[in-house]
Amino acid sequence: MVKKALALLLAAGMAFATVGCGGSAPAEEAAPAETPAAEASAGIPKEDIKVGFLYVGPIGDEGYSYAHNQGRLQLEEELGVETVYVENVPESADCEKVIRDLIDQGCNVIYATSFGHGEWAYNVAQEFPDVYFGHGTGYLQGDNFSNYMGRVYEARYLAGIAAGMKSAEGKIGYVAAMPIPEVIRGLNAFTLGVRSVNPEATVEVKWTNSWYDPTMEKAAAVELLNNGCDVIAQHCDSTGPQIAAQEKGVFAVGYNAPTYNAAPNAYLTAPLFHWGEFYVSDVQSIIDGTWQSQSYWTGLATGMVSLDELSANCAEGTAEAVDAARQQIIDGSLFVFTGPLKDNTGAERVAEGVQMTDAEMLSMDWLVEGVIGTVG
Amino acid sequence: MSWLNAVELFLQTAVQMGTPLLFGTLGGILSEKVGHLNLGVEGMMLMGAVMGFQVGVLTGNPALAVLAAGLAGMIGALIYAVITITFMGNQVVTGLALTIFGTGFSSFIGAGLSGVSLPENVQASLAAVNIPLLSKIPFFGPIFFQQSLYSLSALVLAVLLYVYLNKTRYGLNMRMVGENPSAAEASGINATLYKYVHILAGGFCCGLGGAFLTLVFVPRWQDNITAGQGWIAVALVIFATWNPLKAIFGAYFFGMLRGLGFKLQSGIPIFGHNVVIPAQILDMLPYIMTIAVLVFITMNKKKENQAPAWLGSPYFREER
Repeated sequence: MVKKALALLLAAGMAFATVGCGGSAPAEEAAPAETPAAEASAGIPKEDIKVGFLYVGPIGDEGYSYAHNQGRLQLEEELGVETVYVENVPESADCEKVIRDLIDQGCNVIYATSFGHGEWAYNVAQEFPDVYFGHGTGYLQGDNFSNYMGRVYEARYLAGIAAGMKSAEGKIGYVAAMPIPEVIRGLNAFTLGVRSVNPEATVEVKWTNSWYDPTMEKAAAVELLNNGCDVIAQHCDSTGPQIAAQEKGVFAVGYNAPTYNAAPNAYLTAPLFHWGEFYVSDVQSIIDGTWQSQSYWTGLATGMVSLDELSANCAEGTAEAVDAARQQIIDGSLFVFTGPLKDNTGAERVAEGVQMTDAEMLSMDWLVEGVIGTVG
Repeated sequence: MSWLNAVELFLQTAVQMGTPLLFGTLGGILSEKVGHLNLGVEGMMLMGAVMGFQVGVLTGNPALAVLAAGLAGMIGALIYAVITITFMGNQVVTGLALTIFGTGFSSFIGAGLSGVSLPENVQASLAAVNIPLLSKIPFFGPIFFQQSLYSLSALVLAVLLYVYLNKTRYGLNMRMVGENPSAAEASGINATLYKYVHILAGGFCCGLGGAFLTLVFVPRWQDNITAGQGWIAVALVIFATWNPLKAIFGAYFFGMLRGLGFKLQSGIPIFGHNVVIPAQILDMLPYIMTIAVLVFITMNKKKENQAPAWLGSPYFREER
């Protein structure tokens, strides 16, 4: 009798345990169709949603954080959900504290917008399984943790066309933040764009090793201009490089946000992000209860990225060339990283006709032929 | 382009990058020479940067913009002075608080200024000019005298400050206040007045340093635009051993180091190997060198290289 009761108890215990695991197991194995039915069907009413954003710089940077903030405003406007944000969130353990604060304030959706926020956000995400996390430009993924990014390299390729057609000397400068795959990918795509219209042109890169330092970004651009570059492009968050180009009477390609006013005589165009596209669709899926952990990575086709309107400073025929390439990228006939590709030491990296996979692009650590500079 | 020309252009930029550091350092020297360690340089630079830009945008008058920048730095210094002189508060804590306050203040004022550009005429009147005759000097001319008058004024100010400190009675009195305020007061010097005047003047310099970035170098307001240059200035005060002439060298040298990173990151050939020096090493250099200078001046006890004796201590007249 006692044995029977014990056996029953054990069986019940095991059943419970199975149910307990069932909650998380499907998601762990990345089978989105089976994500916890209870959670999925429920959704969260829009009044109860509070979205917290972490910005790495100030909104006033006119660049990266500004672009994310535009996305936040779009989210508020289109879905009417409550949002809060924190600026200048360091990419260190302090970031965890900021996230916990936001959750304490009632946030149930967190977007950590910078690459370096990733690990910290991921740690916190595991403690708060009921909070939805999104990590911009990252690669980590978990039950309640998505990552999202725009295929901005497609827009950079187009920007490269505009720069390549404008450069008379065939010497283009590129002010880059950090030598990480995201930046390297952008630089390479830009260079391929440049050389698709100006095959002999070179792109010289200078790293500032900081996401945000207006003085150093300007100084890097001045250095490139002193080296004889006549178009400056950038992967950093301030408008310093564009202003430097204007002062020398040459031209510049911006980044992140339309900054024509910063340097009206120099500005050609800029690759832009439209983070709002992701934020709206992601939060909508939470409201609908259809949210799934994902690695969201789309480009020109969905409108996640675009090239800003070409300014009058662009060379004649630029609009046609850019439009043609844009169409080809959208319909899939042009893939930016298609072989044969050599690195800038002359070694072949991608064989003729081969397209790089997402995984390869996400870990890119070499510079294509035509780039002057080293990684790091 | 010859390599000489390239060096010229490089050093010309180094002078520009050193200018805010030089202003900040001179401000620091003024304050420390009367015995007050002011760690608020970064804060005062930011206050100057934002107010200079704001007034430049509003009035379109470069002179008013520069003046406003100086006054903003001065107001920061006034807060510091009242707390540390009159209330004898802890100088380190007050200075740090001033930096935090200045950062917040500048973000607050600057919230509406991002994306705004400086009026053309302000930019034009602060742009680089060729100083007659001096700019014709081979090599040095283009480096030092094809600059904005704003950069040049830092150079002139440093020389004037050196003369003031070492060749005038007021300078002597001021140094005495920093060494021993009791003795200074015993000889009839109003220590409190000297402290106030020089700390405020130091704040003015710091404000000018910050505004160089927003009015000349970048020229635009962006949040936290100084990005730590105020701290380099604090280190530079020690590096220059409280001497304005050495501050000129130090500021331009540190300015050059900041630019040098870009030159070196593609690698330099040494014995046939391409050696890449990480930029982080160069970022560390100013501080490492400051520590080295500190060690050096502590070891060889030359009098003129020492910190003012009363530096960091509050002075209370009735306490003997």
